[in-house]
Amino acid sequence: MKITCDEATEICDKNQYKEASLWERMKLGIHLFLCKKCGLYAKQNKMMSVCLRKLKEAESLKKHHLNQDEKEFMEQELQTKIKS
Amino acid sequence: MSVTDKQFLNPEKWVSSYADYLFNYTISRVNDRDLAKDLVQDTFFSALKAKDNFKGESTERTWLIAILKRKIVDYYRKINSTKGKAEVRMSFYAEGEREGEWLEEHAPTDWSGEIEKKIENEELAIVLEKCIESLPKKYGMVFRMKTVHQIETEDICNELDITATNFWVIIHRARTQLRKCMEENWFKI
Repeated sequence: MKITCDEATEICDKNQYKEASLWERMKLGIHLFLCKKCGLYAKQNKMMSVCLRKLKEAESLKKHHLNQDEKEFMEQELQTKIKS
Repeated sequence: MSVTDKQFLNPEKWVSSYADYLFNYTISRVNDRDLAKDLVQDTFFSALKAKDNFKGESTERTWLIAILKRKIVDYYRKINSTKGKAEVRMSFYAEGEREGEWLEEHAPTDWSGEIEKKIENEELAIVLEKCIESLPKKYGMVFRMKTVHQIETEDICNELDITATNFWVIIHRARTQLRKCMEENWFKI
């Protein structure tokens, strides 16, 4: 049941994506009960997730595309190869 | 797919039909416009060279994506092999009696002040982006795929040919380093 801070925080990270198993969450819970540093990490990690969610939302609104010049250039390059 | 659905390649139309789609796909993996452009261009070249291997059993698009995926994993292996490794900053003792314990200078410290306000601040995104940028390339790539682009763990592991264990170690190291970076550059200033 005893895990190191390295292991505990890894589970904590995994848990930010809701992918830690029940057993892992139990081990983490016990560790957090005993370890102040990791407790602080867990608290701040949640805040990091809130911040990261904003980045994710901003990204999901973006649409990346090539501009006309870039496409024309690609087209030309490809055409040369098709003909050769 | 039935025999009558047999697909044919039409390289003349590749750029107009698939360039944006492939580009978008690549950007969400490599997060670098120029690099993404090169990988897409390269994909078209490789596809052209290999066009006799196309059996017509999948669509043109699926076939092109398969080629692009190989380009992306090659890129990942490249950044994973050489310089990527030295840059990793460890947060825990790697050996000895204290193995797995926090290294003093990496342990979290209290974020005093108005944390809520700092989270709401518009400039947070800029600092956070810079912190992600400061991660070793391979960590940044895997971390972004998962956290920013929300690609499933299993898909990332398959695409980059890594194990789930390895994947979580990467995410863990990225997040500990990121927390530290945000502490120094945002939450404690």
